[in-house]
Parts: sequence; C-alpha cells; structure tokens
Amino acid sequence: MSYFGDIYKGIKTLLAGMSVTGKVFLNNKNNTITQQYPDNRETLKMFDRFRGEVVMPHDENNEHSCTGCQKCEIACPNGSIEIIWDRQVDPETGKKKKMIDQHIYHLGMCTMCGLCIEACPTDAILWAQNYENSVYDRSALTKVLNQPGSKIMPGVED
Amino acid sequence: MDTNIANSNLKSEDYFINMGPQHPATHGVLRLLLTIDGEIIKKVEPDLGYIHRSIEKMCERDSYQQIVHLTDRMDYLSSHINNEAVCLTVENALQLEVPERVKFVRTIIGELTRIASHCLWWGVMGMDIGALTTYFYGFRDREMINDIFEETCGARLTMNYNIPGGLMFDIHPNFVKRTKDFVAHFKTKIPEYDKLLTGNVIFQKRMKGVGILSKEDAISFGASGPVARGSGYSCDVRKYHSYSALDKVTFNEALKTEGDSLARYEIRIQEMWESLSIIEQLIDNIPEGEHKVATNAVIKLPKGEFYQKVETARGELGVFINSTGTKNPYRLKFRSPGFSNLSLLNHIAVGGKIGDLVASMATLDLVIPDIDR
Repeated sequence: MSYFGDIYKGIKTLLAGMSVTGKVFLNNKNNTITQQYPDNRETLKMFDRFRGEVVMPHDENNEHSCTGCQKCEIACPNGSIEIIWDRQVDPETGKKKKMIDQHIYHLGMCTMCGLCIEACPTDAILWAQNYENSVYDRSALTKVLNQPGSKIMPGVED
Repeated sequence: MDTNIANSNLKSEDYFINMGPQHPATHGVLRLLLTIDGEIIKKVEPDLGYIHRSIEKMCERDSYQQIVHLTDRMDYLSSHINNEAVCLTVENALQLEVPERVKFVRTIIGELTRIASHCLWWGVMGMDIGALTTYFYGFRDREMINDIFEETCGARLTMNYNIPGGLMFDIHPNFVKRTKDFVAHFKTKIPEYDKLLTGNVIFQKRMKGVGILSKEDAISFGASGPVARGSGYSCDVRKYHSYSALDKVTFNEALKTEGDSLARYEIRIQEMWESLSIIEQLIDNIPEGEHKVATNAVIKLPKGEFYQKVETARGELGVFINSTGTKNPYRLKFRSPGFSNLSLLNHIAVGGKIGDLVASMATLDLVIPDIDR
C-alpha cells in the first residue's frame, strides 16, 4: 500500500509546488524585478547615494573646491588617490599657498568604500552614479579629476 | 574463471576525484579531495587557499577606519554584520558609547542582511539538489533588500556603512517605508517557500537523515550558527552575548535536535521569521538623534587585547585585536564561522553518497572567502 501512498503523496506535493509556480507565472506583472538592461538605459536611474565613481564637481568658471589637504589620499586604504601639488602664489593675497596640480584617481584600484568622501573637509569630491566602467585598456581607468586649467574657488579654506 | 574480483588477488586502490575548485555546488573556489569506493564516500579533504587574500595581514597595515571595508570581502553575504563586529570591537576598546539610533539601525540592517543571506542560501541550496525555480524566487525577494541597502548605504553587497563611532551617514528617508513594505511582502513569501520546497517529497527524501551531526560533535568541532542549532546546541550569540539593540527585542532561538540536513534547513527558515519579528519590533521605534559620535581622525586603541563576537548569518564571527597603542593593530584575528563549519564536512559526509555530500554541503552554507580570508 505504501507504494501507492508514495505515488499519491508525490503527485500531491508536485501539484502544491506547481500551484506556487503557476500563480507566479500568471501574475508575472507584479512579480517582475528583472531589468531589461541595456534596453532601458534611458530610464534606468541609480539611487542618489549609489557609489559609482569619485568625481570632482567644477562650477561654470572652471573652479573646484579642492585645497590639496591630502586627507582623501591618507584615508584611502589602497592608494587609489594621488595628489600632485605645489605651492603657488595666490593672486588675491600675494602669499604662497598649497594648490593641487593634479588630483589623480585610479578607478581600477578603488573599492568604493567611501572613506575619501567622508574625509574631505570641503566636499570637493563626490560620488557619481555612473556604473558603466568597462574600458578596453586599464590605463583609461586612471583619471585626473581636476579639469585642465581649473583653479580653486575663492574663499574655500580647510 | 573466477568472476569474484573482490576475492581475487588483484590489487585494489582507492579512487580519488577532485570536486572543485570550479564546481558549481561548492559555491566558490573550494576544492574537495574525495576518496570514494564506487559512489560511497570514504574521505573528504577540503583544500583551501584558492582565494586567500591575507586580509588579516592587510589589517595590520591599515588604520581602524580602513579595516572595516576589508571585512565586507570576507563573508560578503553578511557584510554589514562583519562591519559591525569590527566597529563594536573598536568602540569597546575606546569605551565609546554610540547613540541609540545607531544601535537600532545597525540591528535592523543586520537582520535584513541575515534574511538576504538566507534567501540566497535557500535559492542556491534548492538549485544544488535540482530545483531550479527556487533560485529565481530567492533572488527575487533578496532584490528588495538589496534596493533598501543601495538606497541607504550606497552599495548592494559591500556596503561599508559602519564606521567606528556610528554610521557613515543617516538612513535614507525612504528606509522605514521600504523596510515595512519588504516585511509585509516577505511574510507572504515564506509560506510559498515552504509549499514549493519544504513539503516536496523529493526534497524531503534528499534531506531527511542525511549528514547527521550529533550535539557532542557539533560542540567539539566548534560549529556555530544554524549548523550547531540544527543539532540542538543552543549557541545564539544574539541571545547570550547581546549587542547593539538586540537586548530591546524578544525573539526565540530556533532550535532542533535531529541534526540532519533537513533540521539545518528548517532552522534557517525559522530564523527568517525571527528576523522579521525583530525588524518589526524595532522599525517603528528608531529614536531620533545623531548618526555617529565624533572620534579622532586617527584612532589609537589603548594597549591591550580586545575581543567581540557577533552572530552572522553563518554563525559566530569573532574579532580579536591585539593593540600596542599605535594607530594600527599589532595583530588582528577573525574567528570565522565557515572555517569551523567546513571542518565537520568529512565527519558528516563519510559513508554517504556523492549526492548526499552536495546536500550536506549546501546546508552548511559555506562562503569560501570567509573561510580563506
């Protein structure tokens, strides 16, 4: 008898499982979480806090707010940030001041931990929500964050 | 002609096969050296080292803020709880009292992490023993938790949301609503899980009585988490060494005495219910306040030895810091739950079939980067 009992039990649990999958199959509108990437590129928007890559925002006068304090470079656990700086004469005060020459960011080494952005006292660097980071050569992942010819915004002090 | 080979004078040898390092059922780069007799397993030898990144040594180089992000890469399925473990150790050493808000948020996100981990485990374990649908359903529900994490912490897996002294930034305004939505959604899904897989007769036959671990062996192998609780060994760190806001909630420790694969499975399903109840008790009562307390930019721990343990989704994670008073730890050791749980694989798999090995390994819920570090 247990042979037929097993068959009955087997069919019963099979149907119970199929009722679950059947419901999902028929209600697929409510259950769909799949993103049709890359077809939905235009509409796909990441969350504001998403950590894509580090960027340095510039205003319309090509000015940033990085003072070259190097706190981000010290905070970075794996040396993704290198700051090349020197002391230049500030045209306003006439005194020598630390200024960045290049803020180099190695995206290929970055672990997106966010410690540099936490450490920045002037909010000079921020997260961007860009997530398509594939390139053909890894040297393209080394970026200079300050734009050529840019200078520090007047009035930013650390 | 003598047809009985066993009684003849022919020399016989054990048959070795490699399972892994690139085997789908080992969930990572774990290599198992199997000694088999036909399909009966005589010995299982795990071979590690394929994903060793010397995280403990790297911790000796890093400052205490930098250590936290490395722990994301150990047990990546409970990354928030790993972060919390390091932060709690540093905070205990500094005798720093974090705000209540931080404790609540840490516990809620920790429990969400546990559910996400168990969701993934449920899906993958179903797939290991041949039920492909579970894989999609588990990932479907985990996706909602990942969205919560992405909105609040900025990342889906390696979150690095904790810092010594609190949280990196405050929770997102949508966090409470999204979490409540998830809890309501997931309450209808766990019965579906039961209906689809737990009650299935094929599943029951694959799991019942397979990979039996007695309570004594669980203790002597140092098992922890759902593996030990499936054998009746009550060892929930959340109960016995409560941390963060866990002393403000009531929950039951899931406990079973069978010790087989099915018991370990049921423990994890039960834990999902308990985690939901913990979240429900806390989510409405998140106190207002600061999301961190100010620490020095360079954290220097006092001289001495500090230990803190937490319950990750896999078991007991211990963080041991030996400090000489400088800005880096002199030595940092992680007691990872996966390593001890893997050590008993040989014990529970010997005498069974290769298919049973896959089933018992799936219920151990191994994450290889946690074991290798």
